[in-house]
Amino acid sequence: MIRTEGLTKRFGRLVAVDGFDLDVREGDLFGFLGPNGSGKTTTVRMLLGLVFATSGRIEVLGRPMPRAAREVLPQVGSLVEGPGFYPHLSGRANLSLFDAAGPSGPGGTGSRDRRRRVDDALARVGLDGVGRRPVRAFSTGMRQRLGLAAALLRAPRLLVLDEPTNGLDPHGMREIRDLLVELVRGGTTVFLSSHLLAEVELVCTRAAILDRGRLVAQDRVAALLGPTGRVLITTPDVGAAADLAAALPGVRLGERRLDRLAVHLDGTPPEALNRRLVDGGVRVRELVVERPTLEDVFLQLTGRNPHVPG
Amino acid sequence: MFLVELRKLVRRPRTWVTIALLAGLPTLVAVLLRVTGVGPRPGQGPAFLSQVLNNGALFPAAALALVLPVFLPVAVAVLAGDTVAGEAGAGTLRYLLVRPVGRTRLLVAKLAVTVVFVFLAVLVVAAVAFAVGAWLFGVKPLPSVSGQTIAAQDATWRTAVTVGYVAWSMLGVAAVALFASTVTDSPLAAALGALAALVTSQVLDLLDAAAAIKPYLPTHYWLAFVDLFRTPVLWRDVNRGFAVQAVYIAVFLGFAWANFATKDIKS
Repeated sequence: MIRTEGLTKRFGRLVAVDGFDLDVREGDLFGFLGPNGSGKTTTVRMLLGLVFATSGRIEVLGRPMPRAAREVLPQVGSLVEGPGFYPHLSGRANLSLFDAAGPSGPGGTGSRDRRRRVDDALARVGLDGVGRRPVRAFSTGMRQRLGLAAALLRAPRLLVLDEPTNGLDPHGMREIRDLLVELVRGGTTVFLSSHLLAEVELVCTRAAILDRGRLVAQDRVAALLGPTGRVLITTPDVGAAADLAAALPGVRLGERRLDRLAVHLDGTPPEALNRRLVDGGVRVRELVVERPTLEDVFLQLTGRNPHVPG
Repeated sequence: MFLVELRKLVRRPRTWVTIALLAGLPTLVAVLLRVTGVGPRPGQGPAFLSQVLNNGALFPAAALALVLPVFLPVAVAVLAGDTVAGEAGAGTLRYLLVRPVGRTRLLVAKLAVTVVFVFLAVLVVAAVAFAVGAWLFGVKPLPSVSGQTIAAQDATWRTAVTVGYVAWSMLGVAAVALFASTVTDSPLAAALGALAALVTSQVLDLLDAAAAIKPYLPTHYWLAFVDLFRTPVLWRDVNRGFAVQAVYIAVFLGFAWANFATKDIKS
């Protein structure tokens, strides 16, 4: 759905995006992660033809961007750096203005069923029934929802969302997450740019991590979060557990606290360790194969050399 | 796209407040003239105003002469300066462009709506002024600036050409403001930029040392429409005014297009 090759953008001497190859496949819920200023928004803007790349190629829905913008963009819904509306108009009037602005989308989405489409989009984000209140009087969360509604207006094949849950309360975040999962199930591909790692970890199937304009990782989320090779054991018999574990080949003991013990397995299957402990009379309360959180992976990939600008 | 922009224009309260204020100034002047009966002496004060006391038919032209030097250009600069920069500032520009609305199309639609506003404003001022003038001063056959009488029909087309001329002059302002609007994301900066250009032009127009460039200044021929009320009509300056504005309009619209079509939208 989205492919880039050697995508690069310079602003004067600053290299905002440094030659990367992105690959978002159909049906992905793709997390696009990076610290502030790592080039996420610039990339999103290039994908949408708002900012022109210095070099490299972009393909969206199999067509070159920005050259094929007229064919591509009607099938793409987007939310870029917060929603933008005419504050003196109601949410409904805003949506219908935006809907009227572009060419009619695929499937004959002309002006005739505009009212229905606007109603549908508002209902999807839980904004039905806000009535004629001008957007000026909306809360941040409501604006965010309205922005999402605008992105959903044309039943897009691809959604490009930049921080869609900004300003939402936990309930709102949950609703939006559920909505995204539902959309993906219905065949939409979602490109989700975010720095909320927990959010991405919860919903995304694939992810890319960006650091100072370079792509440092791109893989399935499950693969990024592969086991660390450590096992965490909770037991009242910590001393005995440590002795038994240490006797296994290749196993090193990690830190030990009260009733908890960390063990580096180095190839020994965790179930073998468990059998050994149980056979040795250790009362195992809990034995967990440790997996990193996305935050761990993210900090490891992006935090090694703290970046000092200038 | 034009219809969308038109809807934005008419649904915006500011549009109507501006036009009401524009029509309000000449109305206020007319009421004051009527109540006090004190007009400027012939040859002094704003154009035509001295004759208006005797004949309301001249008031549309007088009203345009009143709003032309400052009020009208300010209104046009604010509106045209807001076109692109206002969308950028509100964060709506990016959503229009990814709808997608082609950049050239957006610019053309913005320009067309500005033209509509300019004509609407000038027409409303002229119409209100005619009504007010006829009501307060009565309508008689016009004495021309040159002394002879102008027939009512004649006066109508002269006023019509005046409306067209003033609108064309304002389009020059709009072109400069539209260009400024594509350069900045702040509507205020765009409007002020265009106004700065006009003030510069008006200052230079008063300066003898600038005599060589005066005929090329955008504001130089603004008031040339007075010549339309001479008998026979003195076309020279009016024609030059049209031509000079045409060049400014073409050049600044060209700049605006070239800049906007290749610009990184970071707003």
